[in-house]
Amino acid sequence: MSSPLVEAPLFTLGPVPIAGSVLTSFAITAVLATASHLLTRRLSLHPGRAQAALELVVSTIDGQIRDVLRRDPAPYTPLVGTLFLYLIVANDLEVVPLLHSPTARLETTMALALVVFFSVYVYGIRANGLRRYLKHFVEPTPLLAPIHLLSEATRTFALMMRLLGNIMSHGLVLAIVVSLAGLLVPVPIMAFGLFIGVVQAYIFAVLATVYVGAAVETAPAPAREGAT
Amino acid sequence: MTVQSWSILGAVIAVSFGAIGPAFAEGRAIASAMEAIARQPEAGGTISRTLFVGLAMIEAIAIYCLVIALVLLFANPFAH
Repeated sequence: MSSPLVEAPLFTLGPVPIAGSVLTSFAITAVLATASHLLTRRLSLHPGRAQAALELVVSTIDGQIRDVLRRDPAPYTPLVGTLFLYLIVANDLEVVPLLHSPTARLETTMALALVVFFSVYVYGIRANGLRRYLKHFVEPTPLLAPIHLLSEATRTFALMMRLLGNIMSHGLVLAIVVSLAGLLVPVPIMAFGLFIGVVQAYIFAVLATVYVGAAVETAPAPAREGAT
Repeated sequence: MTVQSWSILGAVIAVSFGAIGPAFAEGRAIASAMEAIARQPEAGGTISRTLFVGLAMIEAIAIYCLVIALVLLFANPFAH
């Protein structure tokens, strides 16, 4: 069995080796971007079918963000919505013949986790200013600063590993089942894989929202219920 | 026993014992969430969203064990 942690490059572009998952990832990005551009090019007040479906998706994501953060979702929808839509497509790509989920590879999930890692700082600094944002690392006492820094690192690592572990281990289980009984038996497991893919996309998006929301809320805010 | 055999043994132990704790934890979490939803069905949305995030956190522990097992099997620093 080949290692799931490394991927052989398909070809090299100059000094850069290009792996299959990178190509798939670029293709998903291109398809999603083109579709979004085409769908939003002619928005009207009396939406057709496509626009109505799109509005449903966007307003659902908006509603979820509003439920989690209890504030206006507009600044967060681009990040969270993009992550969610990309992950749904990427996680469920395994059912398309000849294609493999790019999120079953370490590099893709690491890149996504780093996006969240840096977004936390961007949103936090933009909302609070640099001084006030950095100050939350030494609150309540400077003794806790190492723990704050450690938690920033480990939660990013956990974000990466959670997505990778779920998607990749599902692929492994599927491979084992196929090698044992190839006909029809894997079908329910593949259907379950679709479910896992959507749930993991949801969890990744919700966790990104929670992390960004926590960074925005670093200012000593009045206590509210349901805060994480 | 060679390093490879020990690694395989280690991977098996990591996954099998590492799954026990998260399994109990997820069971307890889901049971409590069910109870809460049964008592307050109108809070179902909030509870299930929190449940999903919590399950993801718990599941991460099992996945760390899986990662250790995979590292032992495929990227073992001690076996060459």
